[in-house]
Amino acid sequence: MSEPSPHDSSREPAARVVGLSKTYGTGEAVVKALDDVTVDLYAGEFTAVMGPSGSGKSTLMHVCAALDQPTSGEVLIGGTSIGSLSDKQLTMLRREEIGFVFQSFNLVPTLSAEENITLPLAIAGRKPDAGWFDQVISTVGLGGRLKHKPNELSGGQQQRVAVARALVSRPRIVFADEPTGNLDSRAGAEVLQLLRDSVDAHGQTVVMVTHDPVAAAYTDRVVFLADGRVVDEVRDPDRDGVLEIMARMTEVADSGDVTP
Amino acid sequence: MIRAALKSLLARKVRLVMSTFAIVLGVSFVVSTLIFSDTLNRSFVSLFAYTVGDVVVQPEGGDVPGGGDSTATVPAELVDTLAALPGAARADGQIGVQGVYVVDTDGDPLGGFGPPSIGGNWSDAPAGNGLRSLAIVEGREPQGPGEVVLDAETADKSGWSVGDVVPMITGEETANLEPTLVGIADFPDGGSLNGATLAAFETSTAQDLFLDGEDVFNDVWVTAADGVTQAELRDRVAEVLPDGLEAVTGDSEADAQADELLEAISFLTIFLLIFAGISLVVGSFLIVNTFSILVAQRSRELALLRALGASRRQVTRSVQLESFILGVLGSTVGLGLGVLLAIGLRAIFATIGLDLSGQALVYSPRTFIAAYAVGIVVTMAAAYLPARRTARIAPVQAMRDDIALPEESVRKRFRNGLGLAVLGALSLLVGLTDLVDLGNGAWYTGLGVLAILLGVTAMSPVLAQPYLELTRALFARWFGSIGNLAGQNSLRNPRRTAATASALMIGLTLACTMAIVGASAKATVDKQIEDTFVGDFVVSSIFSGAFSSSIATRLEGVDGVEDVVSQRFGFAQYDGGFAGIGATDPDDLDRLDLTLATGSPDDLTLDTVLLGTGFARSNDLTIGDTVELEVNTGTVEWTVAGTFEASSLVSSGLLTSLETFEKAGYPAQDYLLVVYDEPGASDMQTKLDRALADQPIVTAKDQAAYAAEQREPIDQFVLIIFALLGLALLIAVLGIVNTLALSVIERTREVGLLRAIGVSRGQLRWMITLESVVIASLGAILGVLLGIGFGLALMTAVRDEGLDVIRVPFGQVAVFLVLSVVIGMLAAILPARRAARLDVLDAISTE
Repeated sequence: MSEPSPHDSSREPAARVVGLSKTYGTGEAVVKALDDVTVDLYAGEFTAVMGPSGSGKSTLMHVCAALDQPTSGEVLIGGTSIGSLSDKQLTMLRREEIGFVFQSFNLVPTLSAEENITLPLAIAGRKPDAGWFDQVISTVGLGGRLKHKPNELSGGQQQRVAVARALVSRPRIVFADEPTGNLDSRAGAEVLQLLRDSVDAHGQTVVMVTHDPVAAAYTDRVVFLADGRVVDEVRDPDRDGVLEIMARMTEVADSGDVTP
Repeated sequence: MIRAALKSLLARKVRLVMSTFAIVLGVSFVVSTLIFSDTLNRSFVSLFAYTVGDVVVQPEGGDVPGGGDSTATVPAELVDTLAALPGAARADGQIGVQGVYVVDTDGDPLGGFGPPSIGGNWSDAPAGNGLRSLAIVEGREPQGPGEVVLDAETADKSGWSVGDVVPMITGEETANLEPTLVGIADFPDGGSLNGATLAAFETSTAQDLFLDGEDVFNDVWVTAADGVTQAELRDRVAEVLPDGLEAVTGDSEADAQADELLEAISFLTIFLLIFAGISLVVGSFLIVNTFSILVAQRSRELALLRALGASRRQVTRSVQLESFILGVLGSTVGLGLGVLLAIGLRAIFATIGLDLSGQALVYSPRTFIAAYAVGIVVTMAAAYLPARRTARIAPVQAMRDDIALPEESVRKRFRNGLGLAVLGALSLLVGLTDLVDLGNGAWYTGLGVLAILLGVTAMSPVLAQPYLELTRALFARWFGSIGNLAGQNSLRNPRRTAATASALMIGLTLACTMAIVGASAKATVDKQIEDTFVGDFVVSSIFSGAFSSSIATRLEGVDGVEDVVSQRFGFAQYDGGFAGIGATDPDDLDRLDLTLATGSPDDLTLDTVLLGTGFARSNDLTIGDTVELEVNTGTVEWTVAGTFEASSLVSSGLLTSLETFEKAGYPAQDYLLVVYDEPGASDMQTKLDRALADQPIVTAKDQAAYAAEQREPIDQFVLIIFALLGLALLIAVLGIVNTLALSVIERTREVGLLRAIGVSRGQLRWMITLESVVIASLGAILGVLLGIGFGLALMTAVRDEGLDVIRVPFGQVAVFLVLSVVIGMLAAILPARRAARLDVLDAISTE
């Protein structure tokens, strides 16, 4: 098992996680979802967070994305610590700095695809940058279906619209929570390629939680979590390398080192 | 399945409480109405038992509705004859006339529009069935002129004590009395005068004051000897009575008196029941909507049950069971609230002089049955359609995300609604016009209104579509993307939006109709007074009753008064109902500037009558026809001498001569005086006021003051109706709160998503507020349009009955519309707060 390298001075972090712990419940029923996690998420990189169920990967993303509060430790997005922000400041943070792609139910059903894409800008009272907007639209590859309502689009198309919406306001960092979880492999590949392209062509920072080694293979770096800790990381992963590490982690878990 | 239904009920407490609220209100109205009218009934019947003897001997035809006095009497010598009859223990002559007001220590006359102010003779005769009637509890009996006994309550209210000189006002020739209070009387066995006041004098004094000094009585109580029944005694008494007198048992007389009073206030019972009906109709809308949404929300859960093997029937049953439990709950709470309301009603009645505090509230089994029947039937009927819809949920839908309502069903509803509305319009036509006579017009009118309201409700999802599109476009332009989202949300389920709006629509329809009726009635009064007011002042009683004819004589003597024209008034039975009869000197018809449509003033001779053109038309009478009336002296037949156009100074449909009026047994007391100034007379108001200073029951009013006085009851009536409609409005607001709260729950994930992409709490609140405003304004616009329609239809239909000015109070209508927007904003407060408070992460991860 290679030692995780939380700091890499060659790159700027878009978000930093320092000594982050998150527990749920109290007393006997206490569950430690994250246990002193320190990791930098670098700008202009496509990072995957992987781990078995209950490893804390979703919790890590929720806290990073300011959807949940840390129990201790810090999350910094663009140098701002999010732990102390008010709801208003969090709202501004979500508007300006963060983009989201969820596993399912990603779009507002009453709005057309185009309206969904521009919604974050409209809410913030900003005009879309025409050049950027066109570029985003063209990469989504929706063709003539921009005026359609979500329920008239396929799952893959919906998710691509969701990616476009996350990109349109040029956030500092895009969080994607199992974005391919509900899609077949071909539609999933299209969504992953879209995310990959946004990183390559525009230097977008993307962090994706996944349990799919195929999806992880699209990324620059995979961070592995187990029992709330960072246990490993791989740069420029391929599917087989990821599978191998996953298998090893499962063995460790099965060997029974689970006493609290 | 039963456990599943119960669990799901408990899981949705708040929503259910809100939808139950409507049931609670409706049931409580029904309950309070029933309890109150039962209590009135019991109270009246039992109380009148204290004010009748075993057998009462009275002039025939003595029962005229309105309880006016009769000049027909029983001769005094008959009393001894009756006392000597076998089976009679004693006989006592009784005197009692109305319009004898006690003036309290502040100078205000006691009394009101309801219970009479009675003057009579002191008598210690026992009431029927051996009950003790009034007995002296303080001081002594009156023994000569200038002495009076008051009932305990009147003494208490007026503030006079034994030994004081009590100023009193009568309708007799001697208009002012100042007797000394020598005693106070009360009912030793319980009972009360139902708020009436009683001033009792020694018998010959009472005869001097109230019966022109003749040795006669208004009626005679004959008390039965031991072992003689009322009926036996009545038969023996009847054998010795001369013509024109009749004997009735005390029991039946008490019933008759109670019935008469009950009938006089039956409008109240009907009124309350109408509003109970309205709140139940509005409430059932709320229930339909709540259950529809709950069923839609639970469709996955229900589909899962189906997938697990539950039959359609079981699924439907579980929803029906929920509605049944809800109905039972609502009825029970409504029952409790109804009792409180009944107590409140009793208190209100006590303040206007009808004191029922001596009678405990009456809870008949009928009240309980009605409460539960109404509550459960309405709830289950309202939940029937949503329950049936559950059966259509296919098990496969458990796996789907959204279940869209088929388009066709909305169109089908539109067609059915249109059909219903057309039928309603026809029924309204039958009810309001006399094109086809199918009997009770009011029923057809009410049914028509209900059918149109239900029809429009069914059509409203389709009708509302353009409005919803328009508001979406406007909101998007005015409020940007948040406005657009709000507009889209109300379009998402037009059926739900429209159904929620319907509750408000009903309330506003009725409010608008009433506003038009009220404004038109006031405009009619104003126009009539402007067109027909003659003279310079009108003098009338503040209790709209009769007053002494000596007032007219007195005013004629006031400096600057040229002439005083007097008018009398009484009620008679006519054609099953009752009719007001006015009387004046035929020579004064010109003075009143009464326009005769047919006939001439000279034709108004003995036993003839003039009819108002409206009265003549609705009863199909013309010159030369005979009008048969029940009056104090029995049945009379008067010939129609002509017809007159409506005048603000003649309130009755029949007008006869003073001579005819007196012959029919009506007392010589005035009801309305028209005062004519001499040319150049000045300061007349002050002079008249001074002349009437010791007669606080009458006031002199110029044209403007008279108009204001005539408008006042209309305003009060409209205000009471608005207050009651306020309840319907409250239910509608709850309906909006309910729908919004439910749709926020339904859209929890969407709300979370919006928050996640940067929608602030404020923006979210604003979005839901705008949604609410769309619903409220939709209801208001439909309601105002329908209300104006109904108002105009109603006023056009009654145009012939004297209400010939139709006025739409646009100011009030505008207020309604603005109010609806405010209501919408208020209704959104809680659901919006709930949405804003949702935890973003929880919301997103909601199933």
